Amino acid sequence: MEFVMSIVIGILFMAAVYLILSRSLLRIILGTGLLSHGAHLLILTMGGLGGSAPPVLVEGVTDLVDPLPQALILTAIVISFGVTAFMLVLFYRTYTEHNTDNMNLMKGNDEHD
Amino acid sequence: MSLEFVLLIFLPLLAAVFVPILFKKLKSIHTGWFVLLVPVVLFIYYLSFLKTTMNGKVAISEIPWIPSLDISFVSYIDGLSLLFSLLITGIGALVVLYSIFYLDKNREKLNNFYVYLLMFMTAMLGIVQSDHVITLYLFWELTSISSFLLIGYWYTRDRSRFGALKSMLITIFGGLMLLGGFVLLSIMGDTYSIRELIANSAAIFEHEYFILALVLVLLGAFTKSAQFPFYIWLPDAMEAPTPVSAYLHSATMVKAGLYLVARFTPVFAASEVWIWLVTGIGLLTLFWGSFFAVKQTDLKAILAFSTVSQLGLIMSLLGAGAVSYHVEGANAALFKFAAFAAIFHLINHAMFKGSLFMVAGIVDHQTGTRDIRKLGGLMSIMPISFTVAFIGSMSMAGLPPFGGFLSKELFLKSMIALPEFELFNFATWGMIFPILAWIASVFTFVYSFYFVFKTFTGKKKPEPLPIQPKEASLGMLISPVLLAAVVVVIFFIPNLIGKAFVNPAVVATQSDLFTHPDEVGIQVSAWHGFWSPELLMTLGVIGLGLVLFLTMARWQKLYDIQPQYFSLNALYDSLLTFGEVGMNRLSRFYMTGLIRTYLIYMFSFIVLLTTASLFIQNAFVVDMDSFAPLNAYGLMTAIILVIAVCMVLFAKTRLAAIIALGAVGYSVALFFVIYKAPDLALTQLVIETVSVALFLLAFHHLPGLKRHGETMKFRLGNFIIAAAVGVMITLVALSAHSQKMIPSISQYYKDTVFTEAAGGNIVNVILVDYRGFDTLFEIAVLAIAGIGVYSMIRLRLSRKENSDESK
Repeated sequence: MEFVMSIVIGILFMAAVYLILSRSLLRIILGTGLLSHGAHLLILTMGGLGGSAPPVLVEGVTDLVDPLPQALILTAIVISFGVTAFMLVLFYRTYTEHNTDNMNLMKGNDEHD
Repeated sequence: MSLEFVLLIFLPLLAAVFVPILFKKLKSIHTGWFVLLVPVVLFIYYLSFLKTTMNGKVAISEIPWIPSLDISFVSYIDGLSLLFSLLITGIGALVVLYSIFYLDKNREKLNNFYVYLLMFMTAMLGIVQSDHVITLYLFWELTSISSFLLIGYWYTRDRSRFGALKSMLITIFGGLMLLGGFVLLSIMGDTYSIRELIANSAAIFEHEYFILALVLVLLGAFTKSAQFPFYIWLPDAMEAPTPVSAYLHSATMVKAGLYLVARFTPVFAASEVWIWLVTGIGLLTLFWGSFFAVKQTDLKAILAFSTVSQLGLIMSLLGAGAVSYHVEGANAALFKFAAFAAIFHLINHAMFKGSLFMVAGIVDHQTGTRDIRKLGGLMSIMPISFTVAFIGSMSMAGLPPFGGFLSKELFLKSMIALPEFELFNFATWGMIFPILAWIASVFTFVYSFYFVFKTFTGKKKPEPLPIQPKEASLGMLISPVLLAAVVVVIFFIPNLIGKAFVNPAVVATQSDLFTHPDEVGIQVSAWHGFWSPELLMTLGVIGLGLVLFLTMARWQKLYDIQPQYFSLNALYDSLLTFGEVGMNRLSRFYMTGLIRTYLIYMFSFIVLLTTASLFIQNAFVVDMDSFAPLNAYGLMTAIILVIAVCMVLFAKTRLAAIIALGAVGYSVALFFVIYKAPDLALTQLVIETVSVALFLLAFHHLPGLKRHGETMKFRLGNFIIAAAVGVMITLVALSAHSQKMIPSISQYYKDTVFTEAAGGNIVNVILVDYRGFDTLFEIAVLAIAGIGVYSMIRLRLSRKENSDESK
């Protein structure tokens, strides 16, 4: 199963990078969203997908899934949510100030050139 | 000696502290009078060492600076150091005296001037007395800095700033090379002390980096001493006040390189590279400088080029002196002559060049111009200045009865001796040396005559001079007259000078031959008998020189043949321009200002470095056995997820893209369910919902944004990079999972979650108990993001301020 997951993660990263390289700020933010999904799945996959029970203590169950990656992902999800929210608002502000979301038009200060 | 005389090096620097106070408080007295005390006291003090060095002894004084790194200020006074110290303090005193009358106390910023000058004096004393290479380098750079400040003394003039910058760039370049050489030397010799380096010179010669160290040290010496092709800073340094030119750029600083070569001769003389480089570059500089001196029309520029050429002369003699390390017996005596001649001419040159610069300053001061084309017929108006200039020039030209004659005879004798030297191909190529030396002597003769006679004799020019000329004040004349007197005296008592100053210095450069100054035993005589070759050569110099001088107007046009753009200065300028423009172009080329470009750099390098190291290190392994079995739900979710990702990519409207992103998020949540991560699934669901809501909210408020940005055109370049990143991540993930080095630590959490932490949900216990700090700061991140969002929406400067800011 890890093989399939690795490919899925690769596709997620590929799509994310493709979006991040595009000109529209919105697509860049969509790309970062995909990128964090890819990263979370990567952490989960690297921890191993073999366990048969969730990491909650129940009498008689021994084959628990590794809990540490899950804790790490939980933290990462929250942080990436915070960052995404911030970026969204940043995008909103940029758009209202400059009236464009084309990154090629937001190219530094021409007076320095 | 009970006094730690190494501290005396810092006396000028200490005195410099009081200069601004004196300048501000005692307006009525010229600050120079107080400054004058310093070099005079030092000069008298250093005279007391004469007895020590004449007996072949040395004086050492040391104060530690950084003992743990073995760095200390060591003052080591032998014949060579003492000679230089006396020159520095003696001429320093005369220059200060001269500057008192040259610089106006009401118009000039004397506080700056004397502070820089005293700083320079300390630096020079430090160079010539240091036995420790690191402190030597320290003082070396201090001379560059103080020289920079002095050249740029009239900092409101463009030319001054240009000259200061040029000299700084070139000498600091050399200084850094020197530092490299010193570091190599101290590694090879396992000591910082120059004396011990000399003692270890055999071991250093064997070392593989010997030549590198040699070249680096020579680069330092050549840049400082204005040798070819680094001499170009010296003519531009003539923008400094004349006392500075007289002191720094003729008598002392430019001799720091000579000092360095003389001092390190015992370390490097074993190498033929040293002899060839020092002698060859020296002669080339001599020829080049003397040739171009005749072209100049500015008095100080003539003197600058003549300084360059005389420095080359001394340098070549130092190189020839090093030959004595290779020959035995009677031949060795020939080359010890060269070392003697070098030191002897060094003294001579300091004297006559100092006086000539002062005369040039007087002419400038009294007539308002230094342009030789506007000057003429000053002899009757300024007789004393003329006499001084005459003595100095004749000494420079190498005529009797002046000191320069003796050193020129010695020089020619040494150069004639070089072809007889049978090592290193000197027998074949050596004939070049005396011929080049002779031609250079002819040009020296011509520019010496040019300097003195075009200025002082001939008709007065019809154009009126800016200032009505008259003889300078007595005070201004004292220093040049004293120096000129010394020039004459040297001719009559050369052997006394030789015994007191030159022989002890020769011992320092020829430490293999001599241990005591009395062994040098060279008698200089003004008369070598009739048919000595050097006499014939001198006669030839006089004859041809006179002819050339008298026909100067005819052949001076030769200089116009050389185009302006084909010169070393043009090379320097274009190097600087190329540096500026080229670097600018380079950074413009890769700093496009587009975020996409930078992201492409980053992604490409990540991919290149990771995949390269993955395969170079043979780290790519796929171990199918370690993988969990395929799972039907997992496969289905994977397909859904990939479809959703494609929808994000290809969605035509922003709404569709946002919803597709939501679909991706929910399928990730499904994965969390399948892979038994209930907490993650919950969080992911909630957060994905909120995120999508946020996205929608943000775009709801953006009425102008019709489409979500750009055309959906497929871009191959982006796709390649994206695909590379994707493949790389897959490969890394596969091989990382296939090679688990150590088991997970999670067994500990599973075992102790109830007993230690009293909980059943291991993920939650990890979050708040085992690894609670992560959670704390994750909360902080959320808080900061919230505050950021709030302030971005609420707080803003008014439009007007905003547009001001963006300017």
